[in-house]
Amino acid sequence: MSSDMSSDMSSGVNGDMNGRVSGGEGDGVRASWPLYEVFVRGKRGLNHVHVGSLRAADDETALRHARDLYTRRNEGVSIWVVRSYHITASSPDEKDPFFAPSGDKVYRHPTFYEIPDDVPHM
Amino acid sequence: MVVAVTAAEETREFEEHFDRTIAREQRIEPRDWMPGGYRKTLIRQISQHAHSEIIGMQPEGEWITRAPSLRRKAILLAKVQDEAGHGLYLYSAAETLGADRDELTDMLIDGRQKYSSIFNYPTPTFADVGVIGWLVDGAAICNQVPLCRSSYGPYARAMIRICKEESFHQRQGYELLMTMTRGTTAQRAMVQDAVDRWWWPSLMMFGPPDDASPNSARSMAWKIKRHSNDELRQRFVDMTVPQAEALGVRLPDPDLRWNDERGHHDFGRPDWDELKRVISGDGPCNAERIAVRRAAHEDGAWVREAAAAHAAKQAERARGAVA
Repeated sequence: MSSDMSSDMSSGVNGDMNGRVSGGEGDGVRASWPLYEVFVRGKRGLNHVHVGSLRAADDETALRHARDLYTRRNEGVSIWVVRSYHITASSPDEKDPFFAPSGDKVYRHPTFYEIPDDVPHM
Repeated sequence: MVVAVTAAEETREFEEHFDRTIAREQRIEPRDWMPGGYRKTLIRQISQHAHSEIIGMQPEGEWITRAPSLRRKAILLAKVQDEAGHGLYLYSAAETLGADRDELTDMLIDGRQKYSSIFNYPTPTFADVGVIGWLVDGAAICNQVPLCRSSYGPYARAMIRICKEESFHQRQGYELLMTMTRGTTAQRAMVQDAVDRWWWPSLMMFGPPDDASPNSARSMAWKIKRHSNDELRQRFVDMTVPQAEALGVRLPDPDLRWNDERGHHDFGRPDWDELKRVISGDGPCNAERIAVRRAAHEDGAWVREAAAAHAAKQAERARGAVA
């Protein structure tokens, strides 16, 4: 259990409290459930969107809890749940060089190209 | 050329980036660098808020078995279930800051963390269910709508969900009261009695007056909070007066009157000593609320353990099947 919890903390989506690993380790009685991230498809034709997280004992109960917690008012027609520690995330910093390759390629945008106004359907 | 960046310089850079993000009205997200005080303040505020939702299930939950019709029972069940949901959205937001849900529950149960003072008042009549929806949830909405723009992303997003659902809570309460005030004299008296008991505690929900709320200024600078306690309290009074008139009930404040000059209602001073007493544990129901929460937690331990044991067994079997 404790290794699960520490993985949760180092996962892509959540923060850490200055290096402190929290969770139910070292306390067998407590039986903490792992953290899941929940994604809901609002209606057919839309992507699944992250709506939040919850704790559940296993994948099956995570789905049921997600239904009860995040779709009490027809908010969804489909749910994904995934253990938080399975998510790998980029660094949150917008100055991260990770995103630099797309920063200087203005020619990838249609507005880069000047076309006379009187050319139709462009 | 190699430039040595000291830890202090690095921190200053992080701080400036954080301040700029806040100034640009952009949201702080879980893995962003944030000052320790910002993180601590948020964890305290969000978990206190989560605890309030969870404890808030009790005063009305007591009426589920005694609701006067199937319609009212179904509504009340849905409402109390929503309060549980709100608590869970908020615990989820607190966890993005590194807080641990089990530890937060422990801190609630052993009194290290607080919850809203309002839930320490009793609900002796069914009119209380209506007045909680109208006044208590109305005050909560006043408090919470600005939090939808809070600078911390997960908190703001949780508040958006919560506010959508609170609107149902307030309206069902007001409709319940309209039904009762159209009923017998005894029912009208019951509504007035409930209003008399809940009005002042509702005003206290906005917290102490601004000059006695030392942390407010910092929370507002960080844009965690958007308005001061007194501003929100005034907004609530102004909103509620016409609703009380439409309902035909009297708000129990002899000093309550419209002030043309200010464009607001003047109103009396809540009993701040009472708020202090209730917050520090000496309200009518504090001990009972915590005892019920503790019992639910302890009595439910075997369920949590059984679910975890079942999950472990299933995982073991799945591994066996693969091997």
